[in-house]
Amino acid sequence: MEPINMIKSLLSQLSKHLKIKVLLVFAIASAVTVESVASDDSEEFNPGEMINHHIMDSHVWEIWHGMNVYLPVIIYSEEKGIESFSSANFFDADHNAIPYNGYVMDHDHITLASGDHVLDFSITKNVLFLFIDAGLLLLIFFAVARGYKKNVGKAPKGIQSFFEPIIIFVRDEIVKPNIGPKYERYLPYMLTLFFFIWFGNLLGLLPGAANLTGNIAVTLVLALLTLVITTFSGNKNYWGHIFNTPGVPFALKPIIVPVEIIGIFTKPISLMIRLFVAITAGHIVILSLLSLTFIFHSYLVGIGSTLVVTFINFIELLVATIQAYVFTMFSSLYIGMAVEEHH
Amino acid sequence: MELLTPGIGLIFWQLVVFLIVFFVLATFVWKPIASALRAREGMIEDSLKAADIAKEEMAQMKADNEYLLQEARVERDQMLKEAMTVANQIKEDAKNETSSITEKMIADAKVSIENEKKAALAEVKDLVATLSLDIAEKLIREKLSDDKAQKGLVDKFLKEIKVN
Repeated sequence: MEPINMIKSLLSQLSKHLKIKVLLVFAIASAVTVESVASDDSEEFNPGEMINHHIMDSHVWEIWHGMNVYLPVIIYSEEKGIESFSSANFFDADHNAIPYNGYVMDHDHITLASGDHVLDFSITKNVLFLFIDAGLLLLIFFAVARGYKKNVGKAPKGIQSFFEPIIIFVRDEIVKPNIGPKYERYLPYMLTLFFFIWFGNLLGLLPGAANLTGNIAVTLVLALLTLVITTFSGNKNYWGHIFNTPGVPFALKPIIVPVEIIGIFTKPISLMIRLFVAITAGHIVILSLLSLTFIFHSYLVGIGSTLVVTFINFIELLVATIQAYVFTMFSSLYIGMAVEEHH
Repeated sequence: MELLTPGIGLIFWQLVVFLIVFFVLATFVWKPIASALRAREGMIEDSLKAADIAKEEMAQMKADNEYLLQEARVERDQMLKEAMTVANQIKEDAKNETSSITEKMIADAKVSIENEKKAALAEVKDLVATLSLDIAEKLIREKLSDDKAQKGLVDKFLKEIKVN
């Protein structure tokens, strides 16, 4: 693909989410102003804090208010080595933050009491939901695979018949047309990617669940894996396009080649940001609308915002599927560009 | 801003868990499913092709049957026509033969009738001659005195002839 077209497509991809981004900015801005107004009284409802608390990772899983699951903390520091203990140790009986064993936790950020940095490998809320997502994937798709073993050469049955059209959709509509004849090597990765993101997005919509696929660390790893696969799949044609773009006059090469090299990285970065933004923004929108009820202390606003939130929730169901589709589709497209034969 | 800075812990867990899930699913789930799907799609394709071929064969067979039937019909017509011709020929021949035989029989009968007639006439002639001679002889032998006697005699003879 020509670099200009690439940038164009990148822009169009981003502009798709521009609306959501605008909402994100708006939501953050409004949250910040509300916070500054509300900071006079510490007992006052603070939507900014509530929203941040919901979309960010935590060492405590608050299933509902007052019902807390304290998750295990695993940290490494040069001074103390690897240590593991329950995050409940950071709270006293009145749920006030207290230091523990030379560690301090401030807003879910653990440091040494001296202020030195630690590496935090804790099983946080997001890690817990990562395990749940992974567990669901294994549970469901082993059941699906059993169906294929049981009904050899027969029509699909049960859970198998629910997932077969989706698997075939991913294969025939996403992977095959974008990667081309060598698609079968990449199909397992793409199917895992699609269902991991889809299930993660849907899990995130459950009340009390973690914002797993709206966390930038998760999308970073997924985008990185696509980058690694693309880079290692790249054939002579692909690298030739980057370092010696055909059809470009020699004088323009000093401009085009850096653009092409940047293009290698902008593609996974766009993947990372798109999923993170789309899912996080959805959560922020829903939480902001729900906050209106508590800001205005009004039943009428409550009814109105509930109706709107219900509608947005349906849209979020759609977005959950679309984002899984888009991530898989662009991953396939990038790999397809890397393995495309000269024509 | 913590929202935009990926945490090392989640990066680590995400990488480990996703890769484990990927390798487990790729080995035990996606591979068998992909091959099962391919096998089934192949089977469906083959079945459809086989059905098409069978349909074609059926059509071919039907056409063959039609052709055979047509041929049989033509042959039957031919045979019927030939049989009819032969029958007509035989009839004609028989008719011709019969008429010639009849003609011959009629001719024979005519000839024999003619012969019989001739023979009968000859006999009658003979008889008449003999009777005439006999009558003449008797007339002559009897000494006829008068015409009356002669006439009576003639009548007597004639009566005799009638009696005969």
